[in-house]
Amino acid sequence: MRILLLRVIAILVTFIGLYMLSQFVTYQMDPYYFQVLIECGVYIILAVSLNLINGITGQFSIGHAGFFAVGAYVGAAWTMIWQPMVVGRYSFLQMGTLHGDILNLLIALVLGMISAGMAGFVVGLPSLRLRGDYLAIATLGFAEVIYVLLLNINSVGGARGLNGIPTLISSGNLALFWIFLFVIISIVLSRNIMQSVRGLTWLSVREDEIAADAMGVDTTKVKVTAFVIGSALAGAAGVLYAHFLTGISPDIFSMNTSILITTMVVLGGSGSVTGSVIAATVLIVLPEMLRFLKNDRMVIYSVLLIVMMLTRPQGIFGTKEIGFPKWRRKQPKTEGRSA
Amino acid sequence: MKGIHRLVAGILGVGLILSGCGCRSHGVKIGGPGGLQEIPVGDFSSLTGDTATFGTSTHNGLALAIEQANAAGGVKDLPIKLYTEDDQSMPDVARTVVTKLITEDHVIAVVGEVASTRSLAAAPICQQYKIPMITPASTNPAVTQKGDYIFRTCFTDDFQAAVMAHFARDQGYKRVAVFKDIRNDYSMGIAKIFEAEFTNLGGTITGEQTYQEGDTDFKAQLNSLKGQNPDAVLIPGYYSEVGTIARQAREIGLNVPLLGCDGWDSPKLIQAAGNALNGCYFSDHYFSKDIKDPAMQKFFADYKAKYGYSPDALAALGFDAGNLLVDALKRAKSLTPADLRDAIATTKDFPGITGKITIDANRNARKAAIIMKIVGEKKVLYKVYTPEEIDQ
Repeated sequence: MRILLLRVIAILVTFIGLYMLSQFVTYQMDPYYFQVLIECGVYIILAVSLNLINGITGQFSIGHAGFFAVGAYVGAAWTMIWQPMVVGRYSFLQMGTLHGDILNLLIALVLGMISAGMAGFVVGLPSLRLRGDYLAIATLGFAEVIYVLLLNINSVGGARGLNGIPTLISSGNLALFWIFLFVIISIVLSRNIMQSVRGLTWLSVREDEIAADAMGVDTTKVKVTAFVIGSALAGAAGVLYAHFLTGISPDIFSMNTSILITTMVVLGGSGSVTGSVIAATVLIVLPEMLRFLKNDRMVIYSVLLIVMMLTRPQGIFGTKEIGFPKWRRKQPKTEGRSA
Repeated sequence: MKGIHRLVAGILGVGLILSGCGCRSHGVKIGGPGGLQEIPVGDFSSLTGDTATFGTSTHNGLALAIEQANAAGGVKDLPIKLYTEDDQSMPDVARTVVTKLITEDHVIAVVGEVASTRSLAAAPICQQYKIPMITPASTNPAVTQKGDYIFRTCFTDDFQAAVMAHFARDQGYKRVAVFKDIRNDYSMGIAKIFEAEFTNLGGTITGEQTYQEGDTDFKAQLNSLKGQNPDAVLIPGYYSEVGTIARQAREIGLNVPLLGCDGWDSPKLIQAAGNALNGCYFSDHYFSKDIKDPAMQKFFADYKAKYGYSPDALAALGFDAGNLLVDALKRAKSLTPADLRDAIATTKDFPGITGKITIDANRNARKAAIIMKIVGEKKVLYKVYTPEEIDQ
């Protein structure tokens, strides 16, 4: 009972804190820094969700932009195409008021997450047979299929993309609230998975799949679950990003984006949630900080990446976490992992 | 469960620190001219990424225009300072850099982007902060519909289509067939306007067929078009397929002239087509080394002197956008974005090297297009169409 009460209080505190922070920051912060902060948030969700698949379960997916795109386009399709069709019959769906905007955003989020999760299920299934490089190629292929499909579907604008998406998440200055709510959800979800018994089975799949199988772990279920949860979170990031940018086109979800997200996970240390968060922030903020270098910017950026990988091949954090161990009620034995 | 509290406290703390460093007092007078030592102008281009060549060309042209204006004494005794940002060929980065240009560098005007997707991403930001934006080369009609601060200094796809319709009539073609790329927004748009305009001018559209980008066999559609017995065939596609289409058309004995638009403008077109395109025509931006206009020749010389290679059409469009902006800055009552907007909106008969530019009520440029004729393996200037001729 006490724990339940504490939980409720903690969630309430998080909500109110985020709400106040979001109001405060939106009024006080320079718009450019604000934009970079939002972008950091979106990429933290993406990196942490890919870390679930790549880092914790040890699968090698390099097609995360595909799930990101599915979420973004399905979410935008709701607010731009489907909502206007049904709003006549269900007037409570009307946008423009705060509660109307929040309701529509929630519907977009649910639709985006379900469809991205379904896509994750479809991609997760071949991972029964494919391992390592082969799975990587399959996921890359999936992301390319999504990219080419989006280019060719006329109702979502083809190469020009969808423009004029209502800025639902900025309604009531809540942009930061929504983005960081999902940042917290993805971090807490990762942490809870890693520290639960169920999470140990995920880790076991990463460490030695055959041994895990022999011990009675349903490796197929583990892998597919990781894919579904990871891609649903990426879908949520897509919905939020689409409604922040107000315009999306397939270019945003090209292979470069997939590679960027994978780089974040690897740079931060595969398996480390803290690492993913830090690396995502660094990889978004660094190019902005280097803008004074003009044309040499991307060269310096790449050199910095190479230096970071050479000096710490296991990633910034390896498999370590900051803050997590103190919370553990039971210490799971995680020694003896191979990097 | 203490952990959750710590997490919350930690996030709040980090957020506060972040917001602390990013804090600026609001109500900064954006681009106010009071006490300015220079006129800040923003430029966002794709200097890296997929379409780096496009962005580099327009940026070079624009930088040359600003440099020449400063050498001639600047505007209102102030030099113009060009703030350039790279958008990595990404629409979301374009949005970020335009926000930066406006809120950090306090530019009073933004020039940018070739690709319509990136112009469409940046336009709402410029409109929101009421900073005039000039796109030198986005031909998609939707860009300038984003708001009254968004301008364009090249023609739109609609205009090109109308030019081709007039050209077809002037060539004496009565019956024209259309072969369009169903996956391409640009191709479909041009085909639609062309068909309406050509019918309006008394011509007959004998029929249309479609292909898809990436197809390699077009003979079935071409045979069907041949059966309609047209005087010419319009193929408003990109050079990548047009070469193959032309060769296959000749193979099946469809020997009428083929017509195209600026998507044909690539050295690779002739490589793919061989001599199959001999005697065909396409519309393009008013830019060619063959134009014996002194301003055009001077631009070729100046550009080559500064960068070491010859300019392309996009560089000329960037150069014109820069010069038009300089002209508007000179005419503006004061150096505020609102006055600058009014000055750009009232641009009339501005002598750009790519033709006289007049900004119309929809903030689009009205300017001439040229028809290029393919003779053997060369492209030669054949005809010029001014907006007035199209209006008749």
